[in-house]
Amino acid sequence: MSVLVAATLNEALELLSAEPDSMVLAGGTDAMVEINMGHRRPARVVAVGRIPELRTWSYNAESATLRIGAGVTYGELELDPFLRWVPALSQAARTVGSPQIRNAATLGGNVATCSPAGDGLPVLAALEAIVHLVSLNGSRSIQFSDFMTGPKRTGLWPGELIEAVSLPVFSRWQGYAKVGVRNAMVISNAGACLAVDDVGGVRIALGSVGPTILRCPEAESFAESVVDHQRRSVRESDALEFGRMAASAARPIDDHRSTAAYRRHAIEVLARRLLRRAFPNV
Amino acid sequence: MSTTTREGVVRGRLGDSPPRPDGVPKVQGSFAFSGDLSADGFLWGATLRSPHPYARIVRIDVTPAWRIDGVAAIVTAQDVPGKVTYGLISSDQPVFASDVVRYVGEPIAAVAADHPETCRRALDAIVVEYEVLVPLTDPERAIDGSHPLIHPAGNVIRHQRIITGDQSLVGDVVVEGTYVLGMQDQAFLGLEAALALPDPGGAGVELFVATQWLHEDRAQIAACLDLAPDKVRLTLGGVGGAFGAREDISLQVHTCLLALRTGRPVRLAYSREESFLGHVHRHPATIWMRHHATDEGVIQRIEARMVFDGGAYASTSSAVLINAVTHAQGPYKCVNATVDGYAVRTNNLPCGAMRGFGVVQACFAHEGQMDKLAAACGLDPVEIRMLNAMETGDALITGQVIENVAPVAECIRQTAALPLPDAPVGGRDGDPMHLPGGAGLTADVSHIRRGIGWGVSIKNLMYSEGFDDHSTARCRLADGVASLKFATSEVGQGFVVLAPQIARSVLGVDDVLLEPIDTTIGSAGSTSASRQTWMSGGAVDGACRLVRERLFEHVGAAHDIVPVRLAIDGRDVIDTMGSFRISVADASAGQVFEETFEHHHRPTEDLDENGQGNCHTAFVFVAHRAVVDVDPELGLVKVVQIATAQDVGVALNPLSIMGQIEGGIAQGLGLAVMEEIVLTDGLVRNASFTDYLLPTMLDMPTVVATMIEIPDPMAPLGAKGVGEPPCISSTPAIVAAIRDAIGRDLSRVPVRPADICLP
Amino acid sequence: MSESQHYVLHVNGTLHEVGDAWIGESLLYVLRERLGLTGSKGACEQGECGSCSVLIDDELICSCLVLAASAIGQEVITIEGIAPVGSPTDVQQAFVDFGAVQCGFCTPGLIMAAHALLERTPEPTETEIREELSGNICRCTGYGRIIEAVQRVSVARAGRR
Repeated sequence: MSVLVAATLNEALELLSAEPDSMVLAGGTDAMVEINMGHRRPARVVAVGRIPELRTWSYNAESATLRIGAGVTYGELELDPFLRWVPALSQAARTVGSPQIRNAATLGGNVATCSPAGDGLPVLAALEAIVHLVSLNGSRSIQFSDFMTGPKRTGLWPGELIEAVSLPVFSRWQGYAKVGVRNAMVISNAGACLAVDDVGGVRIALGSVGPTILRCPEAESFAESVVDHQRRSVRESDALEFGRMAASAARPIDDHRSTAAYRRHAIEVLARRLLRRAFPNV
Repeated sequence: MSTTTREGVVRGRLGDSPPRPDGVPKVQGSFAFSGDLSADGFLWGATLRSPHPYARIVRIDVTPAWRIDGVAAIVTAQDVPGKVTYGLISSDQPVFASDVVRYVGEPIAAVAADHPETCRRALDAIVVEYEVLVPLTDPERAIDGSHPLIHPAGNVIRHQRIITGDQSLVGDVVVEGTYVLGMQDQAFLGLEAALALPDPGGAGVELFVATQWLHEDRAQIAACLDLAPDKVRLTLGGVGGAFGAREDISLQVHTCLLALRTGRPVRLAYSREESFLGHVHRHPATIWMRHHATDEGVIQRIEARMVFDGGAYASTSSAVLINAVTHAQGPYKCVNATVDGYAVRTNNLPCGAMRGFGVVQACFAHEGQMDKLAAACGLDPVEIRMLNAMETGDALITGQVIENVAPVAECIRQTAALPLPDAPVGGRDGDPMHLPGGAGLTADVSHIRRGIGWGVSIKNLMYSEGFDDHSTARCRLADGVASLKFATSEVGQGFVVLAPQIARSVLGVDDVLLEPIDTTIGSAGSTSASRQTWMSGGAVDGACRLVRERLFEHVGAAHDIVPVRLAIDGRDVIDTMGSFRISVADASAGQVFEETFEHHHRPTEDLDENGQGNCHTAFVFVAHRAVVDVDPELGLVKVVQIATAQDVGVALNPLSIMGQIEGGIAQGLGLAVMEEIVLTDGLVRNASFTDYLLPTMLDMPTVVATMIEIPDPMAPLGAKGVGEPPCISSTPAIVAAIRDAIGRDLSRVPVRPADICLP
Repeated sequence: MSESQHYVLHVNGTLHEVGDAWIGESLLYVLRERLGLTGSKGACEQGECGSCSVLIDDELICSCLVLAASAIGQEVITIEGIAPVGSPTDVQQAFVDFGAVQCGFCTPGLIMAAHALLERTPEPTETEIREELSGNICRCTGYGRIIEAVQRVSVARAGRR
């Protein structure tokens, strides 16, 4: 086992290209748990947490797109300017672990681990984020929904690194909500992000209730047909129906953290409440 | 020497809250916890554990582990030189399992090696072949005899009834319910850790360990190692919390065995996962209760059936059960009772002592009943409790008369007088952290309902049923400086600050030194059962008083004054009938006065077959009122405030008491809404801090507290123990508040979101 | 063990050579077992308790979740590095004076977190204190005295400004 700290993106890619089995270490908040528990003894570790290119972000005003480097931490994402541009992502960031965890944990790490309970992931799914991947052979960009192929399974190729994630900056309401049993430092039992895009589309993505992050096409098109954008209103009965439709899209399981029945119920409530927040006038 | 100002009275006497002597080292990280200790050339130890709740061990092959570089010792059951089992009450637990494993995590072997990673690899290499058996996990099947015996001692650890008074009385009002409690973990932060240093030639061993009871550990270790007790010397390693989980031994024998085997110092420390598996827990329990009362709400009779799941080994289950059945009535008058209690053996994790010791379970049930009774009689929760409140002179259902101060009504009255939260639901600043769900942004203010609930409890102090849990202390006074020696485990509760306070008050000295806490003096008993203020406080007080007598004799002889006329005034010895005055420092110059005192409480007796007898030593009381905000649709809870008035006797150190009150309430809150070890068919599902949730700073509410100070004539310093009461009735108060908010019956803790919001 | 590596860590203003260390060791392990800095405590080894909190390049981090060999070139400050023995900081003294210490196992991590909080937010509200210290589990105190201690320091510092 050896540990190599990459100083530049190129150096990291060369190291990964030479030994594609290397474990990529970003903030360490997932990877180190596995090492500490003896669940994983990687032959080689490439630390990417201090690569300057990965720690930057940029905003393209023309396309209203935010590009966030994979090494930006959740601690940074909690605050402005992200809070202004992608409030749902900042809200999700505030629920990640503890302040200590948020200081270390990166957006790229969350995407790479790709747990269905990953707090930032419903936001990426709802906003239809693009994941930018890079290797010595070149780069490619894929939809987050195509990137996440299953619980902790991704479309990452050997030798490839997550470089950044881009997100559209919408002008309308978006929000995130997550249910856990504790008021801090808790793994999501059910989470959802609802965002209204710039053409009035209502998007909702669910976390912790399926093998991947789930969108709810039926509920989304129903919402689009019943909300009044002008008055930012929705009828209570329609909000209730929207919640039921979102819940029926969930594919939850029973485990030691919660039950499938509760998770589905929680999605129904969260989806309804999120829609009412987006369209608060009855 | 202290730089304390010499003007005026001695600072840090009883009733003050002086800084803890271990405070600065602890805040600076220089205080040595048992896991921080090391020695030249030490080896790391580690434990191999059973993955099965119940299985026959067909074969153990350690030879592959020997092939790993750096492995120095591997020990199994056949290497235990002495007694192969241990236990606090009955010796039924193997040091290492050899033929059968009876719970997940049961130790099978231990290794010593040069690095923790080498240990992990060695454990992985040991081959154990099992024949998996069907585990006994349903306590009722242990009682009804439908499962084969899982231990030669039987599947029922203890059965105890309490039968008293009219057995056929039926009240005007009858309410009943079944109450269920999950398995709670003590979850102290400082994981189990020990350092063993072998004597040359293996003649003995020295062990530094975090424990609640040095002498009991020593007795069990010595028996297993086949050494004379004086060949096993224990020193308290810094203890990172205990709460009952360090009353049984865990890694003690293993560590010593590895050290004796290798002839080198050995450090053994548990991971968090091992800690969940490796110590006893609070018993899960199912309690059925039926209360009979008059139309006016006066309790006439209680009936109860209590089943406590003791897990695979006995530990203190029989004593926990006795506490539960004898506290079934709660702090209320009751003369007729029919109580049936079982502590049973299963293939679940072993259970034993945890703060509250059986009374937590009983209280959750009787307080649920009190609210049902109030509703049935058209009374409010305060009225029903005031109406039935126990007083000094009342008899328990065991026939034992309460001789202690028993300010139950005063606890309730003073709790009720504490202000309710002044902020509305959601607080004043709109921060989502004030709502259930917190930063998860699950709710808006309009979704939330507030509830208020009550819990009141009685708790016994010290040990019961004939056990003489005495404590020993030595005081030495020389040149105006006192030093104290005792084996009282300091687990965080603050005996190290209280003991010097006692010495200062009795002897009029400023400077009090504490000698190491070890087995070179007599036993102090366990730091448990809210007993050390009473027992070790009594011992220190007794030793200091004896020294003071010697001082007075000395001063009397030197100055021709009858010693009984002498007294301590500030820092001086004075003649109460004259003008003579001499400082304690001058009076003790060049002198050494040293005395040892053993404090014993009054004897107790066993219960008879009908559960009658004076089995307890003393009692303490407390009331709690909880205010909670609940999201009924999502089942999320935010506890907003806990108000409490606690019977403390005398507040010897108010700041320490406040710490016990707030800390105990946090544990009660944990049991109420989040803490549970989840077991499925004997397998543990959540042995980590990711999934066993403890209250954080955002979960813990503001506590408003009043200490009721009525000195108890039976207590050596007038003071009662304060550690356990806060965690006993806080749990039912919180659950009652949730019931009040949502109008739904809840009979199980922890209350899970689905219990609140799903059918 | 064969998989060892030699590296240098910068801790509390001093360069420390770490030789023959197994490369899977966390920063917490190396601090405690190789550098003798046992003030940082381990209670979960998965970032769920905060007892091992240190500052790395001025950020509050769980040292159990840092691969030690990856911390080369970074500035690590531990509980031992914030004040000399016997000269506690205002935060440390307040913890002692206002009853925030019982068993003391969580205390070093909480001290590090409280210092970090007061650096960033000199006059935090009670809710801010609770949120910023919510990653530090204390099993003894119920947190009330800890909050009190932090508030006292905040007020005292404001008075000096």
